[in-house]
Amino acid sequence: MTASLVLQVAIGGLLMGLVYALVAAGLSLIFGLMDVVNFAHGQLLMLAMYAVFEFHTLLGLDPLVQLPLVAALLFVLGVAIYRGLIARALAVRFNTGMVQIFVTFGLSIFLVGFAQLVFGTDFRSVNSGLLFGRTVAIGQIVLPLPQIAAGLVCLLAFAALMLIARTEFGRALEATREDRDAVALIGIDRNRIFSLGWGIGAATVGIAGVMLASFYYISPTVGDSFALIAYVTVALGGFGSLIGALIAGLLIGLTEAMTALVIDPSLKQIGVFMIYVLVLMVRPRGLFGRL
Amino acid sequence: MPAPILHVRGLTAAYRGLRALHGIDLDVGEGEVVAVVGANGAGKSTLLRAIAGQMSIGGSVQFAGKSLARVPAHQINRLGIGLVPEGRRLFPRLSVEDNLRLGAYARRGPDRFKPLDFVFTLFPRLQERLSQRAETLSGGEQQMLAIGRALMTAPKLLMLDEPSQGIMPRLVDDILAAVRRIRDAGVTILIVEQRLAETLEIADRAYVLQTGRVVMQGSAAEIAGNAEIRRAYLGM
Ligand SMILES: Nc1ncnc2c1ncn2[C@@H]1O[C@H](COP(=O)(O)OP(=O)(O)OP(=O)(O)O)[C@@H](O)[C@H]1O
Ligand SMILES: [Mg+2]
Repeated sequence: MTASLVLQVAIGGLLMGLVYALVAAGLSLIFGLMDVVNFAHGQLLMLAMYAVFEFHTLLGLDPLVQLPLVAALLFVLGVAIYRGLIARALAVRFNTGMVQIFVTFGLSIFLVGFAQLVFGTDFRSVNSGLLFGRTVAIGQIVLPLPQIAAGLVCLLAFAALMLIARTEFGRALEATREDRDAVALIGIDRNRIFSLGWGIGAATVGIAGVMLASFYYISPTVGDSFALIAYVTVALGGFGSLIGALIAGLLIGLTEAMTALVIDPSLKQIGVFMIYVLVLMVRPRGLFGRL
Repeated sequence: MPAPILHVRGLTAAYRGLRALHGIDLDVGEGEVVAVVGANGAGKSTLLRAIAGQMSIGGSVQFAGKSLARVPAHQINRLGIGLVPEGRRLFPRLSVEDNLRLGAYARRGPDRFKPLDFVFTLFPRLQERLSQRAETLSGGEQQMLAIGRALMTAPKLLMLDEPSQGIMPRLVDDILAAVRRIRDAGVTILIVEQRLAETLEIADRAYVLQTGRVVMQGSAAEIAGNAEIRRAYLGM
């Protein structure tokens, strides 16, 4: 095991960590805003990946070019999920918490079935495009271009999220999360804020999905493992903390890559879940949590 | 009484089927200060919440000639009704400045932050604490901020729910003096208060509420001068 190999694996892990961080950020945004865990988050990622595959196959659109298109589609889907399902679940008078869990969980099952029906159960991959098959070599370190692009785009998307938090709309989001009943007193329609929150959360995971589609297999259940990692990332970073999600995502990407290198690729998630258990025991509110 | 800006008839409201208001008739004239007084649990806060659209209601509420039936709460605010609620309901982690500026969030146009100057002349302390989190303010300052935030929505009618609650006696006079200045600036006031004497001093008229009904109404002087009312309905 040479030093350059270790470095190469570490950088690859960090790049993947940026993708994890962005997926987690979308989850965390929605949870932080309205205390709803979106159990269909991984399926949104999966849909974004299929969208890339289909647009690529049918229209010959390059995955990278599809970025704004798929992000916009996911935004609309997020708003629709809020308006069609979540808003109704929130209006329920009894067992609201349970209803919310089952609504998003049910949606995740539905979306997997939907994907199996429409896209089939075969594994797919996008095998051409601007980034496909290219590598970047720095000395002895060789990194695939799709991964580098994914890391960079996710980092940019992350920066955009942080900028949004500083805008007036970001303040309104924070106000709504602190007191969803009081915002009406200053003329703010919380349903609009919630809709936009879902839209942004879904668009975020959509961006991650587009970038992943250039180098990761696509299947109806591809979202599962990413969702699992996203929950760990959010817990590790601290619920509701954007910067926490970023640090945690990087840490998890790195741990996963190193575990794969040192122990065995098929056991790559062992390190991740060991960290998770450790967090729960030592610091249950996560690294940057404020609960 | 000047032409009513708020016209309430047969207003009813309930919590999970339990009636808290049994048909309230109430008018507030443009430019007036109207006080609503009554013992604990009389329904004063419920009345303000019902007008503000925070609960479903029966009967009719008209504001500036427009019916508020089935108008959502945020729209009612945009029509020009501000509420400083019981418990203040500030955004605790946001700064004083953000709390104030968010008051103008739903309004558009170049003038939307204009009320800020008025808020700072009313409450200079807020200006000194702009970057402080709302949760770190004293009770009195929080009340000022809650009033300031409501003023930032540029209300024509400002409803205040017990602004003196939980603050130092010395500050109560300051708050009530501010209410008078807000009225002088052309904002109509509907105020709920337990501090009977001080409130009736700044009010034009008053309504006495008991268990969800209006049991007495009149000029502030009439209500203040009637010892029997005070004993019977206000427990004083
Ligand atoms: N959230 C609620 N759920 C159920 N009942 C409520 C609720 N809020 C108020 N009530 C009931 O409605 C009635 C009127 O309450 P309200 O808060 O309007 O009184 P109030 O005059 O404002 O009293 P206070 O002076 O103590 O603030 C009371 O009987 C109260 O118990
Ligand atoms: Mg009350």
